[in-house]
Amino acid sequence: SRRAMGRAVGLVGLLLGLFLVPAVLVSTSLRHGVLRTEPEPELAEWEAVSNTVPENSLWPLPQRLRTSRRQLQLAPGRFQLVHGTDSLAGPACGLLQDAFRRYYDYMFGQSDRRKRGRRPVGAQEEPELLQLQVVVESLDPGCQGYPHLGSSEAYHLTVTEPVAILKADEVWGALRGLETFSQLVYEDDYGSFLVNESEIDDFPRFAHRGILLDTSRHYLPLKSILTNLDAMAFNKFNVLHWHIVDDQSFPYQSIYFPDLSDKGAYSYNHIYTPTDVQLVIEYARSRGIRVIPEFDTPGHTQSWGKGQKDLLTPCYKGQQPTGSFGPVNPILNTTYDFMTKFFKEISSVFPDAYIHLGGDEVNFSCWKSNPEVKEFMKKQGFGIDYAKLESYYIQKILDIVSSYNKGYMVWQEVFDNKAQLKPDTVVEVWIGNNYAYELSRVTGAGFTAILAAPWYLDYISYGQDWKKYYSVEPLNFPGSEEQKKLLIGGEACLWGEFVDATNLTPRLWPRASAVGERLWSSRSVTNLEDAYERLSNHRCRML
Amino acid sequence: AENEPPWGTPCTQLLVSVATPGCDGFPSLDSKESYELSVSEGSLLLSADTVWGALRGLETFSQLVGRDENGTYYINQTEIVDFPRFPHRGLLLDTSRHYLPLRAILETLDVMAYNKFNVFHWHIVDDPSFPYESLTFPELSKQGAFNAMSHVYSARDVQEVLEHARLRGIRVIAEFDTPGHTRSWGPGAPGLLTPCYLGKSPSGTYGPINPILNSTYEFVSSLFKEVSTVFPDFFLHLGGDEVDFTCWKSNPKIGAFMKEMGFGEDYRKLESFYIQRLLDIVSSIGKGSIVWQEVFDNGVKVRPDTIIHVWKESSPPYMEEMANVTKAGYPALLSAPWYLNRISYGQDWIAAYQVEPLKFKGVPEQKDRVIGGEACMWGEYVDVTNLTPRLW
Repeated sequence: SRRAMGRAVGLVGLLLGLFLVPAVLVSTSLRHGVLRTEPEPELAEWEAVSNTVPENSLWPLPQRLRTSRRQLQLAPGRFQLVHGTDSLAGPACGLLQDAFRRYYDYMFGQSDRRKRGRRPVGAQEEPELLQLQVVVESLDPGCQGYPHLGSSEAYHLTVTEPVAILKADEVWGALRGLETFSQLVYEDDYGSFLVNESEIDDFPRFAHRGILLDTSRHYLPLKSILTNLDAMAFNKFNVLHWHIVDDQSFPYQSIYFPDLSDKGAYSYNHIYTPTDVQLVIEYARSRGIRVIPEFDTPGHTQSWGKGQKDLLTPCYKGQQPTGSFGPVNPILNTTYDFMTKFFKEISSVFPDAYIHLGGDEVNFSCWKSNPEVKEFMKKQGFGIDYAKLESYYIQKILDIVSSYNKGYMVWQEVFDNKAQLKPDTVVEVWIGNNYAYELSRVTGAGFTAILAAPWYLDYISYGQDWKKYYSVEPLNFPGSEEQKKLLIGGEACLWGEFVDATNLTPRLWPRASAVGERLWSSRSVTNLEDAYERLSNHRCRML
Repeated sequence: AENEPPWGTPCTQLLVSVATPGCDGFPSLDSKESYELSVSEGSLLLSADTVWGALRGLETFSQLVGRDENGTYYINQTEIVDFPRFPHRGLLLDTSRHYLPLRAILETLDVMAYNKFNVFHWHIVDDPSFPYESLTFPELSKQGAFNAMSHVYSARDVQEVLEHARLRGIRVIAEFDTPGHTRSWGPGAPGLLTPCYLGKSPSGTYGPINPILNSTYEFVSSLFKEVSTVFPDFFLHLGGDEVDFTCWKSNPKIGAFMKEMGFGEDYRKLESFYIQRLLDIVSSIGKGSIVWQEVFDNGVKVRPDTIIHVWKESSPPYMEEMANVTKAGYPALLSAPWYLNRISYGQDWIAAYQVEPLKFKGVPEQKDRVIGGEACMWGEYVDVTNLTPRLW
């Protein structure tokens, strides 16, 4: 019978229903968590998943999902999100405590019925769901720590009366599970909160799922950034790639070098103070989001020169300086003294294990014009190959940053121009032409890669362009299985040339959601009609 | 003198002088919007023929006022003589593809005033929804709105829009687009739309307004009578674009009518038959008509003062269409290069800015018939969450 089969299948290889999902190995820790002393919940008759069951608004689509028609009611006045008794994260876990309150608010919102109401007299029609118990199973759940590339975001959710159970290895998985649970709860025509009996086994396909925000081309007020972090959490994004400074402005207020923002920011009102930065980092952490800052050099640094004399290369016309400046000057010791001190600060301010060092689009013309640079090239035996000078510079920066025990991410040019990278360098592929071949090359050389090239969301166009972002298959590049494993994820980029707080949110969302599902869900989840259905519901929910 | 302030004599008053009264009226196509602004030491004078010109002048004056580092407001000595090149400078909002809450419309009117737009073209209903609450036919919005309680414009809402616009010198031209683009009219007006056929029996779906029934013209007449009293502007936009003939072709009764009328297989003649009668109805109510270019392209006999609205970018190229329309003697409105809903990356405002509306081959009388143009913000991908940054 179906019930027996359901039990036998259990939590290891789940029913497929209408959502055909490849059988993927469940992490051993999760399997471990399952074989516990708690009695297996009584599963109701599982029916084939149909379109009437509201997993028509789950986004991103979980790896394994089955729902039944059986509905459970939730009373806002009685329903609670709690720590399970077996959980290794308890009330001391502030991160989860805050998440419980946040998700309760998302689900029941302005509902008046949050006060304890009267139970209807007489027999109730539908069974009631009283609690979601959250059980974190790892000895090091992560409550006080920061999420990182190796964090576990897997979770297992069983929704059945009277108590639903959310199990996860680490708090990060619990956060993902809470988001999914909140997406399962819906209101019927009469305003009752319902959830269908379900079982979900979920984990991300890719570990690095990021959004790039550019706060140099246009300053983004804190509120914008925080709203964006909320939206990221709704879509299970887990990396904020903060492209914080660039040519146009330097809003990062440095402790060691206050002149950088004093002279380089658009104005005193267009600055991120240390407090602002900590706020972003903590707000992100509460949502399981890593903050990877990017201090892009040696190009993209015009604004650095305002507050740091002699950092940038003076350009020449013949024998005379023109008064304009180019990339960071790679031939001066003072440059590296500055960078040593500057990255010391950055390494301590930003807790993530990685810093993005940029390295893209270095224009050589200024270097070529400068007689001292040319002299240096000769001395070093670089000939006229300025890529070698660029690599010379990058190398030294990479070494500086490594000495602070940070890993680094770089744009693809750093790899393309043959700098010597540490094995755990992450190369970000962004150039649109032939990016699949670049992925082959990068992973073929043994480096970890992330993909941004097809996901430049600042390139707006008319109509439903989310479809083209959704249809990208990151692993569609020539390479072995080992190579494919080196592609750890991707990023949707919203460069700021034409973006500020007045249009950021509607421009980025829900288009970025398409990238979110591509990076989280299974490779086989590609049906555009189904995605449209779920995405339109998801968008309304996000509003 | 020692204590002379760096800015010269402080200005205390802007005197506004209007020659013709008209505060309580509505602006029209013929309204004069010219003004003169004279700013000199001790004298700030704004003079205009009409209140509408005064409004334009006030906007300009507000743009002249600057503020220095110390926070002092100042204005430079200035002489301005200003008037619009084109009398019809419009913006189209589409409240059918997505409902726009009142505040979005009012906010848009504010920004229109900052930019001296003077026509709000309210494309109020269409296929997806019917948010206009009609007094005569309440079922139209009850059945046709996305949500009859929340996604409608009540009579009071419409009045608020009209007055908010009037106070900014903006005309409100309502568009009730027919015979196509009317799917949402069907549920609230049974028998209005053409039943499509699959072979010998109705398929259950509906097409454009049914042009062969008398009841259609009774309905349309009553509706437009109401609309013409609700909306005070002389002009109504009647639509008439993109009529899909498939449904008409499938319907045997229509087929019979076509034969009877000697239209042969040319359904454009049937379309024209409908539009003709509609235009007559509207002019008998005492209103002028604006129609999309298909009405002209399909050879409908329209009155000489019917305004033709050119919206297609090609087939024919819109400048050619402008030439044809004006050559035939009709006033023309240009929208084709200004479909702002068609977003693209980068500074696309430049392309819109570089359009020269009179860049077509024609004699001066033709050029005079171009009364202006409209920027259109169709609503397929636009609602209150993204309207303002997309439009401005």
